[in-house]
Amino acid sequence: MARTVTPARKLTFTILAWGIAGLIFFPILWTVLTSFKTEADAIASPPKFLFFDWTLENYATVQERSPYVRHFLNSIAIALGSTLLGLAVAVPAAWSMAFQPARRTRDVLMWMLSTKMMPAVGVLIPIYLLFRDLGLLDTRSGVIVVLMLMNLPIIVWMLYTYFREIPGEILEAARMDGASLWNEIRHVLLPMALPGIASTMLLNIILAWNEAFWTLNLTTSKAAPLTAFIASYSSPEGLFYAKLSAASTMAIAPILIMGWFSQKQLVRGLTFGAVK
Amino acid sequence: MGSITLRRVRKSFDTVEVIPGVDLDIADGEFVVFVGPSGCGKSTLLRLIAGLEDVTDGQILIDGQDVTHAAPSKRRLAMVFQSYALYPHMSVRKNIAFPLKMAGLSAAEQDARVAQAAGILNLTPYLDRRPGQLSGGQRQRVAIGRAIVREPAAFLFDEPLSNLDAALRVNMRVEISQLHKKLATTMVYVTHDQVEAMTMADKIVVLQAGRIEQVGSPLDLYNSPANRFVAGFIGSPNMNFVEGEAAARHGAHAIGVRPEHWQLSTTAGALQGTVGVAEHLGSDTFLHVGLDGGTPIVVRAAGEVPVHHGDRIWLTPQDGRIYRFDAQGLAL
Amino acid sequence: MATRHQRGLARLMVAPSVLLLLGWMIVPLAMTLWFSFQSYNLLSPGTEQFIGLMNYRFFLSDPAFWAALTNTLLLVGGVLVITVGGGVLLALLIDQPIWGQGIVRILVIAPFFIMPTVSALVWKNMFLNPVNGLFAWLAKLVGAQPVDFLAQYPLASIIGIVAWQWLPFATLILLTALQSLDSEQLEAAEMDGAGAWAKFTHLTLPHLARPITVVVLIETIFLLSVFAEILVTTNGGPGYQSTNLTYLVYSLALLQFDVGGASAGGIVAVILANIVAIFLMRMIGRTLD
Repeated sequence: MARTVTPARKLTFTILAWGIAGLIFFPILWTVLTSFKTEADAIASPPKFLFFDWTLENYATVQERSPYVRHFLNSIAIALGSTLLGLAVAVPAAWSMAFQPARRTRDVLMWMLSTKMMPAVGVLIPIYLLFRDLGLLDTRSGVIVVLMLMNLPIIVWMLYTYFREIPGEILEAARMDGASLWNEIRHVLLPMALPGIASTMLLNIILAWNEAFWTLNLTTSKAAPLTAFIASYSSPEGLFYAKLSAASTMAIAPILIMGWFSQKQLVRGLTFGAVK
Repeated sequence: MGSITLRRVRKSFDTVEVIPGVDLDIADGEFVVFVGPSGCGKSTLLRLIAGLEDVTDGQILIDGQDVTHAAPSKRRLAMVFQSYALYPHMSVRKNIAFPLKMAGLSAAEQDARVAQAAGILNLTPYLDRRPGQLSGGQRQRVAIGRAIVREPAAFLFDEPLSNLDAALRVNMRVEISQLHKKLATTMVYVTHDQVEAMTMADKIVVLQAGRIEQVGSPLDLYNSPANRFVAGFIGSPNMNFVEGEAAARHGAHAIGVRPEHWQLSTTAGALQGTVGVAEHLGSDTFLHVGLDGGTPIVVRAAGEVPVHHGDRIWLTPQDGRIYRFDAQGLAL
Repeated sequence: MATRHQRGLARLMVAPSVLLLLGWMIVPLAMTLWFSFQSYNLLSPGTEQFIGLMNYRFFLSDPAFWAALTNTLLLVGGVLVITVGGGVLLALLIDQPIWGQGIVRILVIAPFFIMPTVSALVWKNMFLNPVNGLFAWLAKLVGAQPVDFLAQYPLASIIGIVAWQWLPFATLILLTALQSLDSEQLEAAEMDGAGAWAKFTHLTLPHLARPITVVVLIETIFLLSVFAEILVTTNGGPGYQSTNLTYLVYSLALLQFDVGGASAGGIVAVILANIVAIFLMRMIGRTLD
């Protein structure tokens, strides 16, 4: 639409939009800035915005409270593990529902979605007791399995909506061209579905990384990911703003960057394909 | 070699029977066109031959060999799809080579065959492009190229031209006909466009509601349609039907007259009517006439005829060009 | 449509997902239901016994339950109003021709990616803290008395924090929907003489109706289970002022070890969530066609 927009109008809206966006982003910016301050500067009044002694010491001392690296690795293991496990289970299911739909496929999909609606507290107690009895409390594998199950419906749905965009005729063409099922998947389906699989993976890593019900309730120290580690700052010990900020910055940075790259897929994944 | 035989082939989806039972012989090297309105089962029939669908009952033979339960890849057939179904992530070269790769041919052999097919189809300059960078006609050629490199027993075409614009469609029609002459391989071609059927086929199979209405050469179908459905479907514009008294005079429930078989007069004739629209193309004149009884008639007159909207004219069918049908629609 | 062989294989490939989810949903839920009829406290093992609906009677007559239910509804409703209202305005603003639209988008979406524990702690300490928080400094700047938000307005503070996390989601989805509005439709409306307001009410709003519904329903599902934000800011207090259902069940189960009572609470939460879910499923079901 070749509309003429007066520069004044454009400028007004630009200033307004940037102003609001700046306010919304400010807490994150403030956290990052604070992470480079000394503890004294962090609580200085009036607050110091840019002119303070920049220091990296908080990043070094975050380790004091607990081995930060271990929690970071736990987060990676839990996010990646639950996502990959989920994909392994969901790819065949989504493939089959997208390309070989049966009369019940629609019902199965809706039912899978309905499991996502179940509030976690409804199953907290049995899962907690089962985990206690099986020795799975505070283990990575326990959390991985629970997060995988929790996100499985989203993974299946996202993959399903992506797979459905691959025309069935192309797979049939491969079959006519003499491809076995394995070759059909390897040479035709997977390369075409790769972008969809990648975005599904990305979104689920984000969701699993930030999950803060099961990780808080099923881990205490050994297997605690960053969500649980950061929560330990809710009982503060002395001056801690700068260290909290440093720990927070490190915890959110990787996912923030991934999130920015996956905005479009996020919309689609979180609305189960209802908004594209 | 590529003869195809269907014996009492039936197909139902759940409880809906889409092909109630078809017998058909396709000879080696023949160009057979399945034609019919949408939903008539022509594509399903093709997919049954391809092996992309299971037959519910009956047998499919290729060169006398029973392939009813064989996988698509074991039938030595190649298919060109309506959407072309090119692999978007592969170059044209890789697309064409894909069936050869699947067949385990050496790289050198693949290259040689791809080069040959590209030569035939004028695709050589485009071999390293992706399908997304090609025009509709070029994509169609790649799809055909992918089919011919395999040297299959027969080619199956599923409405291959319906996504092309009108001008390109005429060109591709000619190209496919030439390809058939060159390769002399069996081709089974599905279309809803009777012009494609008439211009390309050795043998036309007219289908309706999963049943074969008539099988024959284009001119057989034009000259002696077996029933009202075939008579109305083959020929463009469609045949006109007149019922009632005018038909009774010929001892039939209905008579059919093709638009090109009317004689025009401003003074006398068998039927009178008023011209609604007159289309003057120079080479032909098409008249849309409303008979006095209300029946609409299309008349195709050769050359320029000075008739206009609102004129009263008389129409008389040419001798020997009247098709007579009984109340069941069968030709008398 | 395919061959029999493929169909068989296809059913086989759906099976693991279905069985896993079935196990995940049915087994624990059945156990919760079973516990909810038991007198069962982890502190006194061996005394479990069937007590019928007693747990439900206690839970439903507990003032904490009604407080938690009210808080849950206020939390969900408050966040929805802020995020949907703000989201529509913000999406319309960003959709205008402005400089740096991409960067504005990136800034606005960012809070959604922040883990709940981080955003809750950052807000709690660095903004809402009555001594060292930025809001306290702002209050002093204009000569006002700093407010201890989490003590005086615990629920409103939590609503604010959660709304900050979910506003990006609503904005992003509504913006995506706005950008998919057919520009030919808008041009046709202009040819028909529609002004800016008429275009907004007759084209844009009806176009947004569906994404707004989706946002409302999906946010509701997540907001019913807000947990970490409460755990690290107020622990549900003071009293029950910021306790929602999820937090109440958690505290019954893992702080008071009352498995029976917590299970009854869990079942109540499931029933409430299901009422919401029915609407959501209908909504999404339509997109399948």
